[in-house]
Amino acid sequence: MKFISEYRDQELVRQYLQEIHRITTRPWTIMEICGGQTHSLVKNGILDMLPNAITMVHGPGCPVCVTPLGIIDEAILLALRQEVILCSFGDMLRVPGSAMSLLEAKARGADVRIVYSPLEAVRLAAEHPEREVVFFAVGFETTAPANALSVVQTDKMGIRNYSILASHVLVPPAMEAILSDPETRIDAFLAAGHVCTIMGMNEYDPIVAKYQTPIVVTGFEPVDLLQGILMAVQQLERGEARLENQYARVVTREGNRLAQDVINQVFDVSDRAWRGIGTIPLSGLEVKGDYSGYNARAKFKLAETAVKENPDCISGEIMKGMKKPHQCPMFGTRCKPEHPLGAPMVSSEGACAAYYQYAQTLHEA
Amino acid sequence: MTMPTMLNCPMPKLDFDVITLGHGSGGLLTHRLLEAGVFDVLKNEHLNQQHDGAVLNLNGRVAFSTDSYVVSPIFFPGGNIGDLAVNGSVNDLAMCGAIPKYLSLSFILEEGLRMEEFWEVLVTIRQAADAAGVQIVTGDTKVVEKGKGDHMFINTSGIGELHPRADIRHQRVKAGDRVVVSGNLAAHGMAIMSKRQGLEFETTITSDTAPLNHLVKKLLDQFGEHIHFLRDPTRGGVATVLNEIADLANVGVALHQKFLPIDEQVAGACEMLGLDPLYVANEGIFIAVVDGSVTDDVVTQMRADGLGKNACAIGEIVGAHPGQVILASSIGGKRVVNYLTGDQLPRIC
Repeated sequence: MKFISEYRDQELVRQYLQEIHRITTRPWTIMEICGGQTHSLVKNGILDMLPNAITMVHGPGCPVCVTPLGIIDEAILLALRQEVILCSFGDMLRVPGSAMSLLEAKARGADVRIVYSPLEAVRLAAEHPEREVVFFAVGFETTAPANALSVVQTDKMGIRNYSILASHVLVPPAMEAILSDPETRIDAFLAAGHVCTIMGMNEYDPIVAKYQTPIVVTGFEPVDLLQGILMAVQQLERGEARLENQYARVVTREGNRLAQDVINQVFDVSDRAWRGIGTIPLSGLEVKGDYSGYNARAKFKLAETAVKENPDCISGEIMKGMKKPHQCPMFGTRCKPEHPLGAPMVSSEGACAAYYQYAQTLHEA
Repeated sequence: MTMPTMLNCPMPKLDFDVITLGHGSGGLLTHRLLEAGVFDVLKNEHLNQQHDGAVLNLNGRVAFSTDSYVVSPIFFPGGNIGDLAVNGSVNDLAMCGAIPKYLSLSFILEEGLRMEEFWEVLVTIRQAADAAGVQIVTGDTKVVEKGKGDHMFINTSGIGELHPRADIRHQRVKAGDRVVVSGNLAAHGMAIMSKRQGLEFETTITSDTAPLNHLVKKLLDQFGEHIHFLRDPTRGGVATVLNEIADLANVGVALHQKFLPIDEQVAGACEMLGLDPLYVANEGIFIAVVDGSVTDDVVTQMRADGLGKNACAIGEIVGAHPGQVILASSIGGKRVVNYLTGDQLPRIC
């Protein structure tokens, strides 16, 4: 497959691995931010091919995992209303809320539909003027532009029965939160290539400078990841801390200006709770007042409720890179994909799901 | 949706254009639907008896299987629920090492189903039965209220005579055996996915639905007891079948990603939707666990058949890691291939 097979080339993989092994002289801890990167590392068996001195820790870049319990409960509450069609990306459906998941709500009669794009939800709203269509707008900077665009489009088309339940989070504040936590020790980051495709690279300069930590913007295929790791190790071994771009075939320094504009048009930056981590200042996006008619929270007058996380789930420590999934006593015992205690076990980008699906027994062995 | 190029079987002139509750009442409407439709299309000496059940002659050991079909949408690229209902039970029998002979056919129709659609499915069932060399010998039709079904559900059960050289049992799977797949992975699931509401994407992927019994018979004729185990990887895909084999036989399965035959377009669609082709449903391929000594000949024989032209040896049975399937990734890494939990759900980004 053009533009994919080249990045899964066995010979290139071998060469990068050889070079990483050759230059590594000390232990280094590198965090890949994005859950997509985590899955690629585990699914391709890369973790076991790296030098023992290199520890990859898995970052918080799983939008499903960091969506707070309270927001999942809000989505379920909305879905259970007679007039509401709740549209969501597929991987939100199994995430446990405090009483049930969206999938269980669906089984109890809620009208929950899986869509691939918010524009499909807009189409549903146009087709069902008698219903209220709510799109569960979850994600990082990657999904924010399309979600914002759906609001702009419905506004232009005069569609009034559409709104979004926004749970958008931003990567750079989370990286800062991890770096400033005294209990974590991250030597370098692989930044999420998709996020930088939208946002560009400029927001990462201050982080590199303040924390003297190398950041390499990295893609998702095996060759991408190994090249990103190599670039990070090269910097670490030389004692450097720079912002580099492995994913240059997609990411530019400026990013996608049009996408950034539509985000700014519809959303304000706000404080945001991250599931398992807590509230991080200015780390989320909320629908602007001008568009409050499209904000499901305002439209349905949802009140914030205090809900308690399952105390046995250590997803916060996992997403901050302090623990690996298989170090959790619940992993594979009381917490499995079919009855998860926390979101990282169900999301397609969750670290626990990656370990359970692909590596559980290899690590036990 | 086009009518298949079926023989001389135009839809009869009926005074209703949708299925109504009356068609399942057992009364006059049922009678007319059966007389003018079902019996005429499916006719054979057993069905023509119009008895409560079929009286059949069978020789030797018999395999018996049943399956229900609830696919949505009922028409999809490469087939419809009718093909699926015939091929599904035919293939289940073939996987037992049997020569499929007779099927039962039960419809649960939703009130309001368009008569042309029912007709098209019925005609497809006849064509699929002919292609597989089986007869529909007994059946039933029920109608449920609108909203209580999804257009049409079908159940088929099948009976077949065991091939004299077949000894297909998981107890026969042993270290040193090889795992062969008869064709490309994941075509059926991706064809369905491409037509699901909200997920439409442009593709020419078609379902692989096909009767596998002729190919299986050829293999059994030639290799007999060297074929240790057969299973068709429908729901849950190849990964699920391999896990079942590992569990049932308490052996390890070593799988090689680079040998997995996948059509490029199907692979692309899986990439785009974030689905793993190992877990996507198939309706026209099977997994054979064969004695290591005949692997190459089995693959050659399969490839000589149209249905098996993409056949490949994809792995081997090993004594190590019993109960587990371990995949050697195409870049040289290793990972566990587990059972799927729930459905594969499309991902966020």
